[in-house]
Amino acid sequence: MPAIELEAAGVTVATPAGERVILEPTTLSLTERRIGIVGPNGSGKSTLARMVNGLVAATTGRVVVDGLDVAREGAAVRRRVGFCFTDPAAQLVMPTCVEDVELSLRRIERSASARRQRALGVLERFGLADHAEISVHALSGGQKQLLALAGVLATEPSVVVADEPTTLLDLANTRKVADVLFGLDQQLLLVTHDLDLARRCDRVLVVDDAGVRYDGEPGAAVDFYVASVEDRIEGRVGP
Amino acid sequence: MTMTESTGATSTGTPATRRFTTTDLALVAAFAALIGAAAYVGAIPVGGAGVPITLQTFAVMLAGCLLGPARGFAAVALYLALGAVGLPIFAGHAGGLAPFTSISAGYLFSFPIAAALGGFLVKYVAGPRWKTSALAVFACSFAGSVLVVHPMGILGMMLHQDVSLATAASWDTPFWIGDLLKTTLVALIAAEVHRAFPQLLHRR
Amino acid sequence: MLIGIYQPGTSLLHRLPVGPKLAALAALSLSIVLVRSMPASFAFLAASIGLALLARLPLRMLVRATRAVLLIAVVVAAFQWWMFGPHRAVESLLDLLALALAAVVVTATTPVNAMLDAIIRWIGPLRRLGVDPERVALTFSLAIAALPGTVSLALETRDAARARGLGRHPRAYLTPFVIRVVGRAHETGDALAARGLGDD
Repeated sequence: MPAIELEAAGVTVATPAGERVILEPTTLSLTERRIGIVGPNGSGKSTLARMVNGLVAATTGRVVVDGLDVAREGAAVRRRVGFCFTDPAAQLVMPTCVEDVELSLRRIERSASARRQRALGVLERFGLADHAEISVHALSGGQKQLLALAGVLATEPSVVVADEPTTLLDLANTRKVADVLFGLDQQLLLVTHDLDLARRCDRVLVVDDAGVRYDGEPGAAVDFYVASVEDRIEGRVGP
Repeated sequence: MTMTESTGATSTGTPATRRFTTTDLALVAAFAALIGAAAYVGAIPVGGAGVPITLQTFAVMLAGCLLGPARGFAAVALYLALGAVGLPIFAGHAGGLAPFTSISAGYLFSFPIAAALGGFLVKYVAGPRWKTSALAVFACSFAGSVLVVHPMGILGMMLHQDVSLATAASWDTPFWIGDLLKTTLVALIAAEVHRAFPQLLHRR
Repeated sequence: MLIGIYQPGTSLLHRLPVGPKLAALAALSLSIVLVRSMPASFAFLAASIGLALLARLPLRMLVRATRAVLLIAVVVAAFQWWMFGPHRAVESLLDLLALALAAVVVTATTPVNAMLDAIIRWIGPLRRLGVDPERVALTFSLAIAALPGTVSLALETRDAARARGLGRHPRAYLTPFVIRVVGRAHETGDALAARGLGDD
């Protein structure tokens, strides 16, 4: 497995009200095949995930993927790290399914006909071959997310980062997308609110209040997270 | 989803030429679509009296005041190009090349320049301090309209119909009332959107 | 929803390449505006009608495509009559009709994709000025993909305005509309960057 190394990497932003810490300096070595990240909204878990491919730049420390510094070799890192977003509609940008996959392949396959063949092959793998020439707007929510994933995996990255990929999906589509994600050969960094999915990982990080609060075996991590949420609710509404 | 300021492509490459990032491209495309959509839906009622105004020029100046001169110009030019190739996104569901050869072509050609001027003024004259003030944005947007849209519109009609400056200017006069309303709307909305996205105008 | 003006067909005008068609339109338009004489105006209108017949364009489609422009033409002609008399008014109306018709013929016989391809080809030489034709093509695709969604969002906005009556200020619904458009654009920008499209 490739290694994702965070060396005291953190993010602060300047706001009119002063410096705000989005993620405090964090040191981690992520080598497991499937890593889950759970935590409340706005806790900094998306920021942590986005630092891995340079979508958010670390303002302190550094992030290294496969020995490549994300800040200095961003393009090379992005070739290795595929990123899947919550809302597939935002990342599907071309009119038809096959064209959207071709867009991903544009840099690695110069010949247009080879590119089309390869894109059709990718769609086949994801059960979308029949939809190749169909408008991306005609797909169901689950199909859109599968297509988005197809676009990401077309370039054969070695790491896939998925930021709440099932949050907008119903149960059946959540299962379908999750099965694809957990069936990958690639290393998976999965940000999720679905605790069942978190339990299927090899290691889970609990992020809260701009820092990693628990790091370890999935069952214990999920229990820690649930307990911290219950504490907070009781603290607020209790006697 | 976090509310962290998204960096889009944190230009990790060589920033020698100030290239558009992928977020810039997405914004240019989104605003070209927004202008098209605004022109497509036609007029909406404004104010207590319910004077109907078309949203096309509103959206043009909004693109300039929100995105600044370069991206504002690009968004409006892209809108014109999409209309020119045949999408029905000009006022009155017109599309294609006919509006470019019509008597009002001068107005159409003025749009990207007016958006660029309005955007320049908001970005560099109003600046981070005043871009959230509706009054300041009103002044910038109105300057774009007075200095570019009306003169080019009038010039277009003079050349097209071979009439005097006075005649063409008199044809242009009725547009001023709507213009004041639209500029007010641009100012109010741009100021609020700048408050919601403080980094929108000042890239990196 | 977005019904374009293009009419599929196999006429000579359909088969002509985009470049010559646009060049011819530019030349014709310029002549119509520059040449001021009644016989010439009739001749130009006859030529434009001839082109529309040659392309076999249905009358209903021609009316729909030129409606907005025709309305202005009638108003302008009325002005001309009032200020300069009937001669100028008729000449003006004929010219405006001919211009609109010629432009619609070109648009109606050229598929949107052929026009787009031509634009991307023509901006190739601008590569030296730092314009990347592939990125321009991508931006065109992004805008076309965003159009239907933005139009339905704008229609919702307008209906909300009507439903609430005219008393409410439009900023109450236009501001959220614009904020949603900007928010969505940021997500799309991130997604493009994640796919490495900002790196080449």
